[in-house]
This record gives sequence, structure tokens and C-alpha cells, in this order.
Amino acid sequence: MTNFTPISSLLGGLIIGSAVVLYFYTTGRLAGISGIFANGLTAKNNRSSNLLFLLGLVIGPSMYLFINDQEVSFKITNSYILIIAAGFFVGLGTRMSSGCTSGHGICGISRFSTRSIIATISFVITGVITVFVLQQFGLYL
Amino acid sequence: MDKIFSLVSGLIFGVGLMISGMTNPEKVIGFLSITHNWDASLIFVMGGGILFTAPFFFLLRKKNKSALGLEIKLPQNTEIDRKLLLGSVLFGAGWGLAGLCPGPAISSLVFLSPMSLVFLAAMFAGVLANKYF
Repeated sequence: MTNFTPISSLLGGLIIGSAVVLYFYTTGRLAGISGIFANGLTAKNNRSSNLLFLLGLVIGPSMYLFINDQEVSFKITNSYILIIAAGFFVGLGTRMSSGCTSGHGICGISRFSTRSIIATISFVITGVITVFVLQQFGLYL
Repeated sequence: MDKIFSLVSGLIFGVGLMISGMTNPEKVIGFLSITHNWDASLIFVMGGGILFTAPFFFLLRKKNKSALGLEIKLPQNTEIDRKLLLGSVLFGAGWGLAGLCPGPAISSLVFLSPMSLVFLAAMFAGVLANKYF
């Protein structure tokens, strides 16, 4: 169980937004992470640029951990089956629908894209149902 | 030049994910768990992201070149089709199973948990599998 943290979550969201704007303003591309991940690993076009973005996603948090003296919590299931199924669904699903939490949820909604609004509503509802079902099996209590 | 800005954008994005709490799967699952100890924080993450981004996207909407002179590429597809819906449903299921979506999954490598690597390997397999759908 985690605490409600509206201020740090809003601040984090604003920082994410500033990264999306900087990336779009300079490169002309939308910062959808599933697309950057897939293109960085499979497409030749802008490969180094995409891979550098992914590297930034690791360097930023490392710097944050180094500077911040509070512990940042990371709690995940210890079931490999769950993780493998989850990763596969996330990879396949985000490519089928061309976007994830960033591409549809932030970039798309900020462009008032109907596709993205529908995608975001769909993945949040499915996420809620999935967690509810797992809780009935005694997971995530 | 766009390579430097890609790195810096990714870096800032990653810091935002850490501060927001989204790199912790427990918090994401707390958000999706609306019937049990609901943690609504992630609404503020998405809200903050949209609040900052939307006005800039609106101001920049008529541009066809970026500040570095690169072509602006925006999705042209407006169709609400089966792939969009089925893909979103699959993604939502995966998101709920582990509490990770692509950005936080990559950033979570800093916690040095083997789970992040396993998730990313499976995610890559999913990306490749898309060819067959």
C-alpha cells in the first residue's frame, strides 16, 4: 500500500511534460516511450537518437538517486511468470495501438487526439480490471 | 545536435518519473486498485504532464519544422480501429499484471532488480511479435 502524494506526483508530471515539450520542440518528434524503445531497437532511422533518449531514462534516475538522500522505493511482484506475461503484453499491446502511457496518455491527449483519449480510457480500465482480478486470487492485497 | 537533446529529454523524463512515483510498481498498482486502498496520485502525474504539454503543443501546432530544422512528424491516423482497441486492452492488462509501463520499466533498471531486465526482454519479444498481428 502506498500513500497519496499529489504534490510530488504533480511535480513529476510537470517535469515529464517539460521533457516532452523540449523533445518535440528540438527534434520534432513525440516522446512516446514505447515507440522510442521499439524504434531504437529495431529501426535504423534515428537509431542513435532513440537509444540516447533511452540512456537518458536511466541516467536521469541514477543522478536523482545519487543526489537524493531519501530512499526511493521499488516494490514489484516476485513472480517471473507474471513479469514475463506483463512485459510481453505491454510490448505487443503498445505496438498494436501505437502508444503507451506517454505516447497516448500525455502526448496524444495534449494534442486532443480522439484515438489517444480512447486508448488511454481503454488501458486504464483494463488495468483496473486486471488488478481487481489478481486481488481476488490473493495477489496485491 | 538532436542527439544531445534526445539524451537530455530522456534524462529529464526519467527524473520526472522518479519524482512522480511511477517507477514504483507498487504505486502504479495502488492507482489501479480502485476498490482497495486506492492511491489516486497517478492522476496528478498524467494531469501535470498534460497541463504542461497541451499549451505548448497548441502554440506549436502550425509549425512544420522543429527548432533544429527537423521535420515535424505527427501521427496522421485518426481511425478508431480494432488494433487500437485490442492493443490498448492488452497493454492495460500487462500494466496491471506488473505495474510497469515502458518508461518506468526502463528507468527502473537503476534499482538493479533482475525483474526489470526480465520485463524489458519480454517487452522486446512483444514488440517483435507485433509483426504477426
